[in-house]
Amino acid sequence: MSDKRTPAATQELSVVGTRAVRTDAAEKVTGRARFATDVQVPGMLVGRVLRSPHAHARILSLDTRRAEALPGVFAVVTTADLPPLDAGDAAALERQQARDRVLASDKVLYVGHPIAAVAARTPTIAEAALALIDVTFEVLPAVVDVLESMQPGAPILHDHLRTRSLAGTGDAPTNVASTFRQVKGDPEAGFAAADVIVERELRTRTVHQGYLEPHASTAVWDDHGHLTIYATTQGSFAVRDHVTALLDLPMSQVRVIPMEVGGAFGGKNSSFIDTVTALLARKARRPVKVVMSRYETFVGTGPSPGTVIRVKMGATREGMITAASATLIYEAGAYPGSPVGSAAHVMFGPYDIPHGTIEGYDVVVNRPKVDSYRAPGATPACFAVEAVINELADTLGLDPLAFRLRNSVRDGAETIDGSVHRHIGAIEVLEATQSHPHMITPLDGPNRGRGVAHAFWGNWGARSSVTLTVNPDGTVALVTASVDITGTRTSTAMQAAEVLGLPLDRVRATVGDTDAIGYADVSAGSRTTVATGHAAVRAAHDVIDQMRARAAEIWEVDAAEVAFVNATFRCGERSLSFAELAGLLPETGNTVTGVGNVDVQDWGASFGTHIVDVEVDPETGKVTLLRYTVVQDVGRAINPLQVEGQLQGGAAQGIGWALFEGYDVDAQGRMRNPNLLDYKLPTTLDIPPIATLLVEVPYPGHPFGARGVGEVPIMPPPAAIAEAIYQAVGARVYELPMTPARVLEALGRI
Amino acid sequence: MMATAASGKTMVSATINGEPVEFLCEPHQSLLSCLRDILGLTGAKEGCNDGNCGACSVLLDGRLVNSCLVLGVEIVGREVTTVEGLADWGGLHPLQRAFIAEDALQCGYCTPGMLMAGKALLDGNPDPTEAQIRGWLAGNLCRCTGYDKIVRAVQRAAREMREAGQ
Amino acid sequence: MNPFGYEAPTSVDAAVALLADREGRARPLAGGTDILVQLRQGRFDLDLLVDLKRIPELCRVTYDAGVGLTFGAAVTCAELTEHAAVREHYPGLLDAATIIGGTAIQQRATLGGNLCNAAPSGDGISAMIALGAEAVIAGPAGRRRVPVASFCTAPGRTVLGRGEIVVALRLPPPLPHAGAAYVRMIPRGEMDIAVAGAGAWLRLTDDGAGIVDARVALAAVAPTPLLAAEAGAVLIGAAPTDEAFARAAAVAREATRPIDDTRGTAAQRRHLVGVLVERSLRKAAARVKERVS
Repeated sequence: MSDKRTPAATQELSVVGTRAVRTDAAEKVTGRARFATDVQVPGMLVGRVLRSPHAHARILSLDTRRAEALPGVFAVVTTADLPPLDAGDAAALERQQARDRVLASDKVLYVGHPIAAVAARTPTIAEAALALIDVTFEVLPAVVDVLESMQPGAPILHDHLRTRSLAGTGDAPTNVASTFRQVKGDPEAGFAAADVIVERELRTRTVHQGYLEPHASTAVWDDHGHLTIYATTQGSFAVRDHVTALLDLPMSQVRVIPMEVGGAFGGKNSSFIDTVTALLARKARRPVKVVMSRYETFVGTGPSPGTVIRVKMGATREGMITAASATLIYEAGAYPGSPVGSAAHVMFGPYDIPHGTIEGYDVVVNRPKVDSYRAPGATPACFAVEAVINELADTLGLDPLAFRLRNSVRDGAETIDGSVHRHIGAIEVLEATQSHPHMITPLDGPNRGRGVAHAFWGNWGARSSVTLTVNPDGTVALVTASVDITGTRTSTAMQAAEVLGLPLDRVRATVGDTDAIGYADVSAGSRTTVATGHAAVRAAHDVIDQMRARAAEIWEVDAAEVAFVNATFRCGERSLSFAELAGLLPETGNTVTGVGNVDVQDWGASFGTHIVDVEVDPETGKVTLLRYTVVQDVGRAINPLQVEGQLQGGAAQGIGWALFEGYDVDAQGRMRNPNLLDYKLPTTLDIPPIATLLVEVPYPGHPFGARGVGEVPIMPPPAAIAEAIYQAVGARVYELPMTPARVLEALGRI
Repeated sequence: MMATAASGKTMVSATINGEPVEFLCEPHQSLLSCLRDILGLTGAKEGCNDGNCGACSVLLDGRLVNSCLVLGVEIVGREVTTVEGLADWGGLHPLQRAFIAEDALQCGYCTPGMLMAGKALLDGNPDPTEAQIRGWLAGNLCRCTGYDKIVRAVQRAAREMREAGQ
Repeated sequence: MNPFGYEAPTSVDAAVALLADREGRARPLAGGTDILVQLRQGRFDLDLLVDLKRIPELCRVTYDAGVGLTFGAAVTCAELTEHAAVREHYPGLLDAATIIGGTAIQQRATLGGNLCNAAPSGDGISAMIALGAEAVIAGPAGRRRVPVASFCTAPGRTVLGRGEIVVALRLPPPLPHAGAAYVRMIPRGEMDIAVAGAGAWLRLTDDGAGIVDARVALAAVAPTPLLAAEAGAVLIGAAPTDEAFARAAAVAREATRPIDDTRGTAAQRRHLVGVLVERSLRKAAARVKERVS
């Protein structure tokens, strides 16, 4: 059970704020819930993808005839099966890249790059068919290290790529896709004014979101060229957009049905196999299902970038930060587009820094293109900043939380990239951490230490759609366009129920497919409870307005005379409960459907502070977590039970990132640990009990004051644990993961 | 004696969730694949197909196994219990109720395996310590919850079952 | 992966015949926790898996105070852990049997399979080497015995010839004033292959002041699990003190030929050998004290 700190003046709520069980729980504990991997369609064929064994190579020839001739093979597809591309238009290069990512054309750019795909009657035949696809390569030198990739003379991945920056576009072939520089004030003067400066370089490895359910897609075409895709995705509309663009189809021809998602965390915002599955199904004239193996999940999807980050911070003896600078060098993978920008936006966000500069580089390397992972780009940057903050505090002899409080942002503070903090809970979170029992309890024993770290994440708003239809028995059917990856169908239903004055079990929420409901952006960016909540509230008010009008018709009064209070419609002496009026709807003009289509532009950011106690075995370097606490401002917890789960789950992923996880890639770009034995997701024995403290600093822009909560908790663990290790055994580790070997190295034992 | 069809498939007779079952499978097919693709019991999930995640956990003669590492042909004459067999006519199993109440699931993908592991634990040890729970469940990965609520749910179910004298 | 066939013979002779007949294209199946993964990885191709689990002799556990412990090659780690005599007399064996994978793996994995898989990191193998175990082998030419210490010849390779299978493992009877232990280092709490491991067996004098006999075995620091003979030799005649254990650890480090791989570096492994040998010796010595008291 979490603690909560809630300000005194709050709304009187009866559903929002309760620890409601998630409405999909019964389906999931009985095994009835259907995931994309569970889809069975009559006549379904098995699809498999042929992937590049080389990190960088030209495809000299690709002959699929032997595979096509194998009995039991119904279709083989390559880039030639994608619709012809108009080479002329300005967007052609980008479109070619999008096609190449689905099925390679002239080059392969990473081990795992899809080259072809087959649809066959059985997995055995499909595997055999892959082996019969004849490909010849001209193997090219590969570059897998981000610093090497920036050097002159590095193998160039894209001949046409030129560095983009605010200064313009470069003119030489390069692997640096873009670079930026943000400056605030006068950093040189700022550093000159510092009494103490700490400057460090930190490195982190590629990590994977680690969702247990691999990508899976089933494509079914009908006789009229209409395509249905059963997908595992964070955004059914994103899949529709992606597939219709690549296959040159009108939007109305594609229906995407989102199944239950077995974990996503940002890794299912992008579509990796839906297009190939659709191509196979069209060519085979049969439904086709493609399920990625765990190996393919590691090499064929979008992990989170490895990084090299340099951070320099200066402070006065009294503990005021005078300046900060950072250089972020992020792996983009095989195609441009790492989250280096969002990392820059948040990394110094918790601190009011008068002078600063952030430089960022988005660099391509022969690895899978990176994608979002819970607070994209932010965890390595937070590791770097918080490591330096902790070291500054240690050097100055200041309490780590007091140091942060002294320099904390408040409403109106401006970040280095010029954003302004509004309605934030930074101070409240730090103060709550200071007085938390975990912080107050002394930690005794040899080789034990405590560390804290603090983080800021901006969250997101964007587009959501909800409809609410009133049933004659007074229950309400809620359809949301937002895929539920965390419990949002429940938190959305709770918000609708609150406005309608109904108990939660009278609102039944389902996730609609792309034909059934408006448009939603991906369920990502910690936006869904907030933005889809806005949509649900709007839809609920729409229902109330329509029902007031219906009551007015029934009572033959003006709609303005009908009030809705305590789930009852009233006009003078007359009243009808929600359920009673609902029962009258069918005979008085049919039911009522409320609509909420929103594009939320105003949302609240999040701050989180973590406390961790560790014990280090100085002979083996192994780190054991003894105690862990997450303190976070959540605005208002729509469902505290679920919010706790987000805090605990995010922290657990950050712990994995800190201690256990990382791609081990050799010089030829092959991953040496593409399995769950050697890519080490934390087990029950690696994660301690995680206490949570929900600090409620309501965000005024949301009907109930909610803020996004899901992402910020992944950010603090690495730096908190690094500091705890230092306090325990006196060694600082500047590289993630902080494996036992790295701890031993930092201790000078090996 | 294994009965082999002309296609090279083997006839397997076994008991699954208390019901006699017969199916044809290829010898190399895993029990997981047989459950999911032949018998339509899609509760057990594939997460890795090499015994490292536990999403496929089922009970074989009452013992917790990774069904991805058992062949369908190995269960001839034996008893398999899957998540679909956890609830009975009386309603949900205490573990299922506890998982719901404690919110010990988010995406739900690890949940069937986690429940079977929990059942195997409580069948053999009705009063496990937290350390024993965590040790027993170490082979069942969860990426969503951080395990805290899962441990609480198992403790809650254990309490309920002890009190009910089950 | 070639779709292989499956047979489940009920006698050792039948199993041997099936394997000898299709040499190289047939392999035995016990728990399946290694071989099924390797087949799916394409490490080799088979026409036939021969399931050993229906052969009664391979599923038995017998203990006799005079003869020792004999358990069939298809006895699972869980079954060993549940056996009262094993728990009482061979805790050093269970140190390994209880850490091979998690619960579900242990319900299927066998020490016989662990041995035949011949991984350099085999926890079961190293524990059995420390305990002085021998493998009972049956083949077309009859039966023979090979010390577990000599059983593995290279990563994934063993002394088994055409048609041969391990039928049972035999451990000598527990001696008074003797104790054994196995420890390893893994990054997580469970589910990992050892970065390094050490098994130790000590036999002390009646008064516990001296070491009469000792064996030290190492995992994951050489092409095969290794009996570190010199490390054991250096302990004989010494007192069971931390200093003696440290000397043995230093000697053991010399015996290693660790490599860099995704699980660890050579330097790390060499260091860990020292640490783990000392810890396993201390744990073995503590077990002697427990038995005596």
